[in-house]
Amino acid sequence: MGKVYGSAAQALNGLYHDGMTVMSGGFGLCGIAENLIAALRDSGAKNLTVISNNAGVDGFGLGQLLETRQIKKMVSSYVGENKEFERQYLGGELELEFNPQGTLAERIRAGGAGIPGFYTKTGVGTLIAEGKEHKDFDGETYIMETGLKADLSIIKAWKGDAEGNLIFKATARNFSPMMAMAGKVTVAEVDEIVPTGTLDPNFIHTPGIFVQRIVEAKCEKRIEQLTVRERA
Amino acid sequence: MADLKTGWTRDEMAARAAQELEDGFYVNLGIGIPTLVANHIPDGMDVTLQSENGMLGMGPFPYAGEEDADLINAGKQTITTLPKSSFFDSATSFAMIRGGHIDLSILGAMEVAENGDIANWMIPGKMVKGMGGAMDLVAGVKRCIALFDHTNKRGESKFLKACTLPLTGKSCIHMVITDLGVFDRASGQNRFRLRELAPGVTLDEVKAKTEADVIYE
Repeated sequence: MGKVYGSAAQALNGLYHDGMTVMSGGFGLCGIAENLIAALRDSGAKNLTVISNNAGVDGFGLGQLLETRQIKKMVSSYVGENKEFERQYLGGELELEFNPQGTLAERIRAGGAGIPGFYTKTGVGTLIAEGKEHKDFDGETYIMETGLKADLSIIKAWKGDAEGNLIFKATARNFSPMMAMAGKVTVAEVDEIVPTGTLDPNFIHTPGIFVQRIVEAKCEKRIEQLTVRERA
Repeated sequence: MADLKTGWTRDEMAARAAQELEDGFYVNLGIGIPTLVANHIPDGMDVTLQSENGMLGMGPFPYAGEEDADLINAGKQTITTLPKSSFFDSATSFAMIRGGHIDLSILGAMEVAENGDIANWMIPGKMVKGMGGAMDLVAGVKRCIALFDHTNKRGESKFLKACTLPLTGKSCIHMVITDLGVFDRASGQNRFRLRELAPGVTLDEVKAKTEADVIYE
């Protein structure tokens, strides 16, 4: 069965429903699946739980799904930069579950790796630890965190092939490799689909088994903080 | 403002923090004043900067026109690579952090308590931005330095007996550098000791602006 789809909308066809859990790759706006997010907005699927390190910015990235009120709950580590998010959250219209960034990454990795829970020092003695199992190992206290899975993961890669093998570029990799593993279905949006056999197997970041659908699409790649130096 | 400013500027605080770097260190710098520490790494010292969004060996900002949207630091600023750079996913990044492989974390703070507790991620009912990687950093990095203004806009101490805001981590800060001076806490100690006064700052001023029970002699 072919994994390659002609458009983001086609790539999501049949994969969405109200109340589903979606993982969305990216750190800030870096490495987000812009076209798949837009296609998810256009699908109209609502009451979504979205697991993503951040929540986009106003009107862009996941900010688009906030504007349309399609998101019921976010699971994130940092949600500054988004006024609409703040408004909905402080107004009680949006649920939010904060996870420390490393805990979030590991919960996703664990979920995809068949590990239902793990212990971490992160968050001991803070609000994050409340209600969680505590356990001592070698005299240090840890809390239990659970693995996370999703009905659908939408991720962004640099190059991919028809087998679903992926290579990411620079820091656009971030959460996507783990989300590819933790999604029941993973759809990857890539800058370029290359002929199978041209990616060096030594350098594949995400093996094709974790990717069910792939689509080539142009991204705007918006920069949040443009910082430059002067030429000497 | 015509107020008589003594003590260190933000850049001077960063320069003072840079004196804590050692050759061969892997270091994570937080957003804000800590980012400025990168400008003060002593010449010839080999320090590798980790950015928790997935990069080791962070280079300087790019020249205008050479920026790459796929290459940013944890503050979402455009950056560049160095010959020694590597990229990795977020789980690997936090394995470095949580696993104790990073030598030093320098981070900002809203409040630090006398026992080394730190709060820097939320103000209940007001602003909710999130902890990002801060909780993992303070839990996993061998040595953590908090860099912050000694008092808030109302002149109240941010170096307290106990934090009033939700904690980021407990007893995890080993050194405090503020505009007024340097304080450190030996491991196993539950109080900080004043190590250094910033230029023009008197002991009386520090005492007046510090709520925390600090060892001064």
